[in-house]
Amino acid sequence: MADLATATRKAALTARGGFTDVILTPAPAASRLSLRAGTDALAGLSAALGVTLPSRPKTSASSGKRHALWLGPDEWLVIDESEADLMAASATSGTLHSAVDVSHRNVAVIVSGPGAEVAINSGCPQDLSLAIFPVGACSRTILGKVEIVLLRIAEDTFRVECWRSFSPYVFGMLSEGAADAGH
Amino acid sequence: MLLIYCPYCEEERSELEFRGAGDAHIARPDNIADITDEEFEEYFFLRQNPKGLIFERWRHIHGCGRFFNAARDTVSDRFYTTYKAGEPKPDVAAILNGERDKGAAR
Ligand SMILES: [Zn+2]
Repeated sequence: MADLATATRKAALTARGGFTDVILTPAPAASRLSLRAGTDALAGLSAALGVTLPSRPKTSASSGKRHALWLGPDEWLVIDESEADLMAASATSGTLHSAVDVSHRNVAVIVSGPGAEVAINSGCPQDLSLAIFPVGACSRTILGKVEIVLLRIAEDTFRVECWRSFSPYVFGMLSEGAADAGH
Repeated sequence: MLLIYCPYCEEERSELEFRGAGDAHIARPDNIADITDEEFEEYFFLRQNPKGLIFERWRHIHGCGRFFNAARDTVSDRFYTTYKAGEPKPDVAAILNGERDKGAAR
């Protein structure tokens, strides 16, 4: 005989309150670059940006408050949390590349706490176990119905990047996941 | 949930991140302006729609964004293998004998 499970009735706004295992914080403003380049441009771009563009899938590189996230074989998302001028930096590389300033296209939510993994996985199929998705790992994937970029900044902390107009949806989905994480 | 091995991300990812993009290994004629209407129809519109093994293009649209190719069974939905765009079409016999199961979805 299977055990009977009893669902807990939740009020409509339960997920808007505080959670025991997860903290959701809107990330401060940052500058961001959508970068496309071939392998011959990597050395020059890395030198100009002061951070080595990673060439392995699902990996990122950081230097201080600047992070370079591998999104695809010729595509990176560069984030600078001190709002430095990334366009000016990449323009000095002397390489053939495409750089688009997407600073205001994206916003980020910092998801932290022992339930962070569960909160994100409530709407995201990416395997977030520490062995598969270690600190520094990143990936473009989905959360519910929208595309996100994930970066694990600590064992229990993730940066979730999404497009600006999707952010209320993303924050709401993460809130629901966070409310469930304690159960 | 179907897991598909992306040859660029080098791991199995959820089907939710992918989009199908039609038959693979269809070469655009070099002399596209010279061919007859019938030849163009053959190239552009006519597909076999086989029952069983098919070679398809897929795109990891919500992941690395890359197009790649896959050998898939249209009846069971099983992915026999996936491989990078530009790589040669794998041997059918080898696929059916299970010698290539990189990218097989579970
Ligand atoms: Zn991929």
